[in-house]
Amino acid sequence: MGEIHKVADVCLLAGKIMLQSGAETYRVEDTMMRIAAAFGMPHSHSYVTPTGIIFAIDGSGPAKLIRIVERSTDLQKVTIVNSISRQISSGELSLAEAHERLKQLEGKNLAYPFWMQVAASAIASGCFVIMFQGKWSDFLPAFVSGGIGFYGLDYVHRLVKLKFFAEFFASFLAGIVAMLLVAIGVGNDIDKIIIGSVMPLVPGMLITNAVRDLMAGHLVAGLSKGAEAFLTAFAIGTGMAVIFAMY
Amino acid sequence: MLIEQLVTSFIASAAFGLIFNVPKKLLAHCGLVGMSGWFIYILFVQYDMDSIFATFVAAFFVAVVSQVLARMYKTPMTIFSVSGIIPLVPGGLAYEAMRHVVVNDYNMAIQLAAKAFMISGAIAMGLIFSEVINQMMKTWASR
Repeated sequence: MGEIHKVADVCLLAGKIMLQSGAETYRVEDTMMRIAAAFGMPHSHSYVTPTGIIFAIDGSGPAKLIRIVERSTDLQKVTIVNSISRQISSGELSLAEAHERLKQLEGKNLAYPFWMQVAASAIASGCFVIMFQGKWSDFLPAFVSGGIGFYGLDYVHRLVKLKFFAEFFASFLAGIVAMLLVAIGVGNDIDKIIIGSVMPLVPGMLITNAVRDLMAGHLVAGLSKGAEAFLTAFAIGTGMAVIFAMY
Repeated sequence: MLIEQLVTSFIASAAFGLIFNVPKKLLAHCGLVGMSGWFIYILFVQYDMDSIFATFVAAFFVAVVSQVLARMYKTPMTIFSVSGIIPLVPGGLAYEAMRHVVVNDYNMAIQLAAKAFMISGAIAMGLIFSEVINQMMKTWASR
């Protein structure tokens, strides 16, 4: 009896880390069931939505439930859990070792340093201006406003736990900065600059995951992620709309 | 001009990989996937193809390459596809649509929004088609 509970714990831990790090729902379910099967519990059921996991192993009593409140994008953690699950499947890791490694991974912060993320989004913003047939003279203003927008996203998201407001504010901020820069003569094409600087806010992860989940038949997860992506896009659009209204 | 596009799309995709916290040794691969997708897109658009079709083909290509890379490195496919898809997202169109909404020009806004919506659909279809091919390969291989 104790063994079954330990297996369920490992499965839930793996599922929790994956879901929090932005893995697709079907991958989470699949991984949990594979781990359970590798530990000799071939009959398990997992039901995953973006906000919670329900997991049951036949014969282990009641199903277990974990609520997921905070979700971010950390593909490195997804990759590591994926490889741990592979090792479990091939019999390289024992139950205790797997639990230990997952526990360690859960507490770790593997993200790149924050300044690097801001720099990356600033560079990406600049590059998008060029990709959208802009001029090199608009690279620098997009670089600045994209970086500031991304910084604002993180800052507001820490203050207010309201993701959509943070996104709205970030696109608003990027737009304001772009406008000011154009007003003082740095950069010419305000449209290109604003488009470039809001591109780092685009919910690319949500879009791909929504499509992949819908394809895998996870209608609830796919639709809710699609709705989240739509709301995010709407928040960004509203932020820009406020700028135009002022312009 | 083409070189400029290739270099910037490479850097932008790799930068997105960094934002999504892709493992360090795979960042350059993200950049390559994004660059190849964007290359196909601009090639098609330059030869007067419709941008919806161009987006579809580019998204399909990105997804196929991602699947191949995912199998090579034994990682989830999303790692490569996410940053490759982002350049194709119709940010510019959505922006123009929003601009027209603000000045109450709904006729133009809806046209642009419909186009942006179709392009998003094309990205989704590209991903779906590559998945179909992937599953067909699996079924054939297991026979």
